[in-house]
Amino acid sequence: MKKQKNRDFSALASSLAAIVCGLLVGLIVLFIADSGKAMQGFGAIVTGGIVNRKNFGQVLYYATPIIMTGLSVGFANKTGLFNIGGPGQYLAGAFAAVYVGVKWTFLPAGLHWIVALLAAALAGALWGLVPGLMKAYSNVNEVITCIMMNYIGLNMVNLLVRQLLFDQARNQSRQPAATAVLPKMGFDKFFVAGATPSSVNIGILLAMLMGVVMYIVVNKTKFGYELKACGYNRDAAKYAGVDEKRSIVLSMVIAGALAGIGGALYYLSGAGTGIPLTDELAAEGFNGIPVALLGMSHPIGIVFSGIFISYLKVGGQSMQAFGFAPQIIDIITSVIIYFAAFALFFKLVIGRMRRRKEENGVIKAKGGEE
Amino acid sequence: MSEYVIEMCDIVKEFPGIIANDHITLQLKKGEIHALLGENGAGKSTLMSVLFGMYQPEHGVIKKDGQEVKIKDPNDANRLGIGMVHQHFKLVHNFTVLENIILGVETVKGGLLKMDDARKRVVELSEQYGLSVDPDAIIEDITVGMQQRVEILKMLYRENEILIFDEPTAVLTPQEIEELMKIMKNLAKEGKSILFITHKLNEIKAAADRCTVLRKGKYIGTIDVAPASKEEMSEMMVGRKVSLQVEKSDAACGEKVLEVEGLSVHSKVGGKHLVKDVTFNVRRGEIVCVAGIDGNGQTELVQAITGLMKIDAGKVVLKGEDITNAHIRKRNTSGLGHIPEDRHKHGLVLDYPLAYNMVLQRYFEPQFCNHGFLKFDEIYRYSDALIEKFDVRSGQGSDTIVRSMSGGNQQKAIVAREIDRNPDLLIAVQPTRGLDVGAIEYIHKQLVKERDEGRGILLVSLELDEVMNLSDRILVMYEGEIVAELDPKTVTVQELGLYMAGSGKKEA
Repeated sequence: MKKQKNRDFSALASSLAAIVCGLLVGLIVLFIADSGKAMQGFGAIVTGGIVNRKNFGQVLYYATPIIMTGLSVGFANKTGLFNIGGPGQYLAGAFAAVYVGVKWTFLPAGLHWIVALLAAALAGALWGLVPGLMKAYSNVNEVITCIMMNYIGLNMVNLLVRQLLFDQARNQSRQPAATAVLPKMGFDKFFVAGATPSSVNIGILLAMLMGVVMYIVVNKTKFGYELKACGYNRDAAKYAGVDEKRSIVLSMVIAGALAGIGGALYYLSGAGTGIPLTDELAAEGFNGIPVALLGMSHPIGIVFSGIFISYLKVGGQSMQAFGFAPQIIDIITSVIIYFAAFALFFKLVIGRMRRRKEENGVIKAKGGEE
Repeated sequence: MSEYVIEMCDIVKEFPGIIANDHITLQLKKGEIHALLGENGAGKSTLMSVLFGMYQPEHGVIKKDGQEVKIKDPNDANRLGIGMVHQHFKLVHNFTVLENIILGVETVKGGLLKMDDARKRVVELSEQYGLSVDPDAIIEDITVGMQQRVEILKMLYRENEILIFDEPTAVLTPQEIEELMKIMKNLAKEGKSILFITHKLNEIKAAADRCTVLRKGKYIGTIDVAPASKEEMSEMMVGRKVSLQVEKSDAACGEKVLEVEGLSVHSKVGGKHLVKDVTFNVRRGEIVCVAGIDGNGQTELVQAITGLMKIDAGKVVLKGEDITNAHIRKRNTSGLGHIPEDRHKHGLVLDYPLAYNMVLQRYFEPQFCNHGFLKFDEIYRYSDALIEKFDVRSGQGSDTIVRSMSGGNQQKAIVAREIDRNPDLLIAVQPTRGLDVGAIEYIHKQLVKERDEGRGILLVSLELDEVMNLSDRILVMYEGEIVAELDPKTVTVQELGLYMAGSGKKEA
């Protein structure tokens, strides 16, 4: 098991290296935009997420959905699938949750939000099921089917929101009933600045819990062993008697459910946000991909990378106080994500350095490793 | 001038956890064929990579014609006249022979290729060394043997004096091997010096003048080939006496463990019969060998029996139970063991550690799995035990990522895994392909031992020696059909060869 830990370490180190490189490029961009205020702006980005408790609460709040979509992408990745269907699954989940939240008011208070979450998981799972079936039984590339499912999801949700849950005044879906809003867990008392509380709620805890559960499932269980075997070598998995078709379908279904829950956690926060009528795919869905990349598809890594990306977002809001265009933070995030893709390269380099060190150690203490 | 055209003196090359070359000396005379003999993992390829500039040695010097030289990369090697035919050819498949040969050393005039000069030289060289290669053929259209000659021509075109052949016969048919030996002798006669990496003793006897033996990274010795016997050489290579003949008693057959009736498999495209109406059985305590030239339906037959491929007609019965349409897992757990033909495609998850691969067919059993959770302590303990018992060598034991292991040890791991499951029927497809003498002997012994313990063995092999030595019954497959059932005690290799070529087909 020692080996596993070493591999995890080099993954972490390379992600950190990517972040440092990305931030440096970000600084350069700030200098180009306005060299006089660049350092102040940069300071705002770096400290924005922790200047007060409310901001840190917002970091956790924005992190929740992208951790979930990140886990979704990471999970599918273990089976060798690229789940680019995050936006569709996320939106399907969001709609199911809001629908239950608005309509099923007959449910008792403690149960309502839980049922809404389950409905979201189910809807997301359905959106993952279709590409999974297509991949397993007709070998259709999941990227193509996922993208199609994204647009089907977007337009269908637009239609359903307009017909069933429309709030004309705000051009978005109606607000879920108070019983369907996620419990605050006292966070609204703690994560405050002055009188304004942050929107953070139990969602972040659920997302972290999901990360831990996924870690256990992938690394400790028979199911995870089979999924990874399918991901690495489908033929060998088949030879070993693993039902590889079932593994592929299940992997997409679970990935879809995770993204669906992400949608629910965002729209059940009680922050006043409704599902907008829009022609754009949900950014939180796509952001799962960079989050998973930066987290090296490792569940715990994904939790941290989700918080980090969200931290940048909140920092970016602070940065606007110095007159920088909000788009700059998008540039910085993109650059970091670019470097996250390079993280694979860093991983190789760091892995090689470690191995070289180990080599000396092994020769000296041959046979000492257990 | 020194007697030796190339000398590698006291070379040391280390890798993490292993010393691949431990003070090795190799001296190549001008105009000789010098074999480099050793088992898989003995350090042959590493030594050649050092000579070819792909690795830098930690210690030792390389001399060319008595002068010390530094070889930092393959370009340096090329400048010194060292050329190499790799095991996997480095050719552009949709280029012609000529284009491949001149690639990288094109003669140009004003930016335009001067193909005519190049063609003239290639044709000359081809004639001079008796290679008979058509310069205008496209690589993907010509045989593997021809492709190898193109590689040889590439070296000659670059006027290399020292030619390295890395296991050149692994991919060739027997006739092509014979041709290659002739070509190598021709080259030596014309003054080229040849280094020939192999672990096949027959070929060394047939072609080489001298032979340097390595074992586990160490230099064992250099001998003249002519007076040495094959047994002596294999003993040098393996470090102990090796019997090249398989010792086994007569088969004591028991009940039928596998019955195949009228089995047919169609091709997905075109609906051609890949396996046609095949009927046979395997009893406990016998080794039944399916012989045939590659591509005559053996692969499909095995995949149909093991469940990797759908059966179109017929019946497969294992221990009296019909498994024609059973799930693969069901077959595996009801007493079927399978050493697959392609160890990388089917046999192993290369990116999993060795321990995970050792339980690939058993991870779901209560011994290794409790309420859906894997018992890693148990898995590692079991894997360590198998590694010990079957002498599977790797850098970090159970933690080694299988991709980094040598082919022979990967195969040993599969054999260990399948045999240790105590299957009633063991299907072994080319279990010794690409292995060295020591490993082949070992696997043959294991198969005979399994037979003697009352298991039925279905062996698919392309090697005539293996078929003749191991089997108790021989089934010959030709174009998807079983055309003959032969007794290895009475049939000759020549007869067997005729059946395999389809000309011995009995008139029914």
